[in-house]
Amino acid sequence: MTLTAPSPYRVDAAGYYGTFGGAYVPEMLYPNVEELRDNYLRIIEEPGFQREFTQLLTDYVGRPTPLFLAERLSAHIGTTIYLKREDLCHTGAHKINNTIGQILVAKRLGKRRIVAETGAGQHGVATATVCALMGLECIVYMGAVDIERQRPNVDRMRMLGAQVVPARSGSQTLKDATNEAMRHWISNPTDTHYIIGSVVGPHPYPDMVSRFQSVISAEIIRQLLHQTGRATPDFVLACVGGGSNAAGAFYHYLDEPSVRLIAAEAAGQGVDTGHSAATTALGKPGILHGASTILMQTEDGQVTEPYSISAGLDYPGIGPQHAQLFATGRAEFMSITDKAALDAAFQLSRLEGIIPALETAHALACLPLIGAKKDDVVVVCLSGRGDKDLATYTKHLEEYS
Amino acid sequence: MNRLTNLFQHKTADVLNVYFTAGFPQLNDTVPVLRALQEAGADLVEIGMPYSDPVADGETIQRSNQQALENGMTVGKLFEQLQDIRQQGITVPILLMGYLNPVVQFGVEKFCQHCQAVGIDGVILPDLPLEVYEREYRPLFAEYGLKVVFLVTPQTSAARVRQLDALADGFIYLVAAAGTTGAQTDMNADVDAYLSRTKELGLRNPTLVGFGISDAASFAAASRHTTGAIIGSAFIRLLQQTPAGERTAAIHDFVAGIRPVLA
Repeated sequence: MTLTAPSPYRVDAAGYYGTFGGAYVPEMLYPNVEELRDNYLRIIEEPGFQREFTQLLTDYVGRPTPLFLAERLSAHIGTTIYLKREDLCHTGAHKINNTIGQILVAKRLGKRRIVAETGAGQHGVATATVCALMGLECIVYMGAVDIERQRPNVDRMRMLGAQVVPARSGSQTLKDATNEAMRHWISNPTDTHYIIGSVVGPHPYPDMVSRFQSVISAEIIRQLLHQTGRATPDFVLACVGGGSNAAGAFYHYLDEPSVRLIAAEAAGQGVDTGHSAATTALGKPGILHGASTILMQTEDGQVTEPYSISAGLDYPGIGPQHAQLFATGRAEFMSITDKAALDAAFQLSRLEGIIPALETAHALACLPLIGAKKDDVVVVCLSGRGDKDLATYTKHLEEYS
Repeated sequence: MNRLTNLFQHKTADVLNVYFTAGFPQLNDTVPVLRALQEAGADLVEIGMPYSDPVADGETIQRSNQQALENGMTVGKLFEQLQDIRQQGITVPILLMGYLNPVVQFGVEKFCQHCQAVGIDGVILPDLPLEVYEREYRPLFAEYGLKVVFLVTPQTSAARVRQLDALADGFIYLVAAAGTTGAQTDMNADVDAYLSRTKELGLRNPTLVGFGISDAASFAAASRHTTGAIIGSAFIRLLQQTPAGERTAAIHDFVAGIRPVLA
């Protein structure tokens, strides 16, 4: 019998990834978090749950999403690039993999109402979508500032029957929407489930969300094997705000040291400009939204407001698993500026006919920087489509004409 | 003896704990407000260390936190303000309440040292997990003479209440109803049943009720089955509304109005 050492990159029995993770929640949230912690594994491992989850991912979300060999981009960069097309999921991004999973958990816990936070509105739309599908009440908190700049997604959520509530506290963006969603959960502890949109928050959220997103790397393995005869690429690239698409794309490769994991963070106008969201470059260990992780903060431990052209990367922390991947050096974190992301978005649009989300463009911008050789296999998680960013892209059309 | 321990040895009913945010409404109001509360007859005072993301707090306290941060309040600044209070006639027991991250960034041991040096009697850190306290911080807090308060809500199981009671040594903070601070709790039969149920557990610590206590009626209702009650948001609103020159008198009237029989 061989004993396998537990992976240092996966959650331990106490809910930690090394020193990161845990559940730093006030007592008012303890019963909610405890209920989830004590039941999530049992629920998601049930054959009935797995059947329903897989069927919805297939028939409703449209999985498996294709793994596409981007030949013109490959020639341009000088390596072999495959795009994992999460942008082709229903609602336009990987976010729905998680919301489908969580709403099935919520139903099995007997919850009648769903609360969620959203930044750019992608997670809010994915949550409003599954609430409509399952007939549950849906309340989405969104920063008052974000409501103004992401109007089309606000309208989508409303059309889907969700109530969009402006978060007017603090800086009125994603972190404040998260605070408000937590407060709502505190006030409605028994009948409400909180669908967190990323691999952040108190244990078990980071583990639960990464399990639902792990379908991304499970499919990559099968598709890559079929297309290239090998299951493991040389590189996997993904963008990280909170980090849910990266968590899913990395999941089955965490303990395969031959696969280099690259996480793209938003440098905004530049890491040292004071207008950035490059958490690992600018942050330090601390506690944010119920988890010990790395976050951007003042010397006095106040959470600072990040900046990125991409609302989905505009978050002052990263999930605790990513903090561990950074601290151990298992993943390499790159800071990508607004400008580099825009360049990459226009490049992909013109070379492959795919308009990526601004978040995703940060991952694409890493391609020239990783030192990949011609025969290396590079998989980029194409986490979302760019329709929602068209207003931003349109402002820059002249520069790229 | 620790002032908090001493208080509860001598007073077992109608204990009034008042919360206010450090550095609010103006940066240097911390000590004047503290002194006015002592003179008005508050039994203990809870000073809030402001935080950018106070998830357990409602709108009133959030705004006071934001204002205090804009005023320049920090953990280090608070200790400077409190430096000589015990030499300047402040005898009331004092708790510091705050979220964990600013304390961790300040340094937990350094924080405890400063608390002891200025004469802080206890702490309330709502997002400090029980097991982390037990594993990492309990010996430190004990070494520096800091009593620890844990929160209990109507949803907390009896088994967990006992666990919290076993590790707390200041008091148990009973959250009156599901919600954040400042929510309008009407002291209805449900709350009464929860407080009476908790009383029957026979906890070793005193119990103070908070969240939604704002006047004499809610104070009296909350204190029926407990050692006393905590007022926060209602007091913050008073500080917001009162011109600086009238503040001391207003604080006196406020405290007297909460416990008319004792005035």
